[in-house]
Amino acid sequence: MSKLRIENVSRVFPPVHGGQPTRALEPTNIAVGDNDFVTILGPSGCGKSTLLRLVAGLDTPTTGQVLLDGRPVTGPGPDRGMVFQSYTLFPWLTVADNIAFGLREKGVPAAERTRIVDEWLTRVGLTAFARHYPKQLSGGMQQRTAIARALANNPAILLLDEPFGALDNQTRALMQELLLGIWERERKTVLFVTHDIEEAIFLATRVLVMTARPGRIKADVPITLPYPRHYTIKTSPEFSALKARLTEEIRAEAVLAAEGH
Amino acid sequence: MKPLAPVSNTAKVLLGLAFFVLFFAGWAYATLGGYVSKTFLADPLTMLGDGRMLIVQYGFLTDIAVTIWRVVGGFILAALVAVPIGVLMGTYKPIEAFLEPFVSFARYLPASAFIPLLILWAGIGELQKLLVIFIGSVFQIVLMVAVTVGSVRRDLVEAALTLGARDTGIVARVLIPAAAPDIFEILRLVLGWAWTYVIVAELIGSSSGIGHMIIDSQALLATGQMIFGIIVIGVIGLVSDFLFKAANRALFPWSLA
Repeated sequence: MSKLRIENVSRVFPPVHGGQPTRALEPTNIAVGDNDFVTILGPSGCGKSTLLRLVAGLDTPTTGQVLLDGRPVTGPGPDRGMVFQSYTLFPWLTVADNIAFGLREKGVPAAERTRIVDEWLTRVGLTAFARHYPKQLSGGMQQRTAIARALANNPAILLLDEPFGALDNQTRALMQELLLGIWERERKTVLFVTHDIEEAIFLATRVLVMTARPGRIKADVPITLPYPRHYTIKTSPEFSALKARLTEEIRAEAVLAAEGH
Repeated sequence: MKPLAPVSNTAKVLLGLAFFVLFFAGWAYATLGGYVSKTFLADPLTMLGDGRMLIVQYGFLTDIAVTIWRVVGGFILAALVAVPIGVLMGTYKPIEAFLEPFVSFARYLPASAFIPLLILWAGIGELQKLLVIFIGSVFQIVLMVAVTVGSVRRDLVEAALTLGARDTGIVARVLIPAAAPDIFEILRLVLGWAWTYVIVAELIGSSSGIGHMIIDSQALLATGQMIFGIIVIGVIGLVSDFLFKAANRALFPWSLA
């Protein structure tokens, strides 16, 4: 059975100032298996973030429904952890308290909370920064904390909305490896939105390519590269072939997006 | 000088002091030099002498204490009422829609215009003075707190929602802590305005306080005493500002740039 089912989900935004309504997302069907790492690849403005927000319950679909473990999504909840592109750590909490936020809301006892937080601090390599405030951290560290904060809550599925989009290339590569390492151990179901082709292939068991607005799934590409993946895989012929194929798919959409809007 | 280039700490303090020195020098030059009649403006030395006399002979320190208690008392009452209402308005849009028009209207009612009415209602005792401060501050705080809470970054709220926070969690552990430094800053600002209301309240129907001393001195044409009173208010304002800023730094270290 699928972990996550997106059934006929569409999103139309109401018109602004008497203009046309915006069809952000055409009716879409996706089934995500348990433990899958699915990346959604598309040009900017293609509705991929809208799709993720619908899964998170931060937005309501115009038609259709999202089912997680067979239950319809009606609003945001701790079973769907999310990492945003913008830095959304709570600036008044230390790194450790940020990671503990969801556990505290859930009413996890203090001792248990400390144990889980320490564990996640170690996994994302921020033990030395536990008592730092977010603004004292680099962008990469902030996103590592955000990933730890989402996963400490033990969600059924992890949603990531271009989490490394604002980072420099070198940091981004390291963050991809860190996330992949965590996934290879935890085998969480992951939905990861990105516009970076290499990132999409390197991380995923499956890449969904989206069309330019109105958004629609254009291609469903399984990535059969073996895990654990080492960064050197990015220079392998298989990887290059996938990259060439996805580049073609996405280029056509990027051209459309650039012309049409 | 270059646009927006920073200034060193020493230079900052010295420059700030320099203007005070310049100001007093100009004042001394105009009065001691005989360019302004003593009837209208006392010179700095007379002012200091009058101040000494006020404190030593006329118990002016009691007046200062009474005025401080009135401002702080009325202001704390206003803050206790206004901050929770402001938080509720900023959080829940129906409450904002219900109260905002009235509060906006009430905000423009000058506190000083209420003084005759308040004397009628509450007499000329302490309650009346507290009410003037209260009316002058409460609506301002409500509106500014509501705006601050309402403009907390939406993505922080969304992040909390995906972490399982419910309504009370959002208010208590996201909106309030996020807005707290700004709420503190609002209180600092409004406390400054409260000082102008208290003096007006004391000018009319009062038998103690700094404002009362100033109006008494006017009858005697004692400009030195009047100016001393005004300067005392300024100094108290400076001190309270400093305390607020220090408290803000201590309470919210995370918000510092």
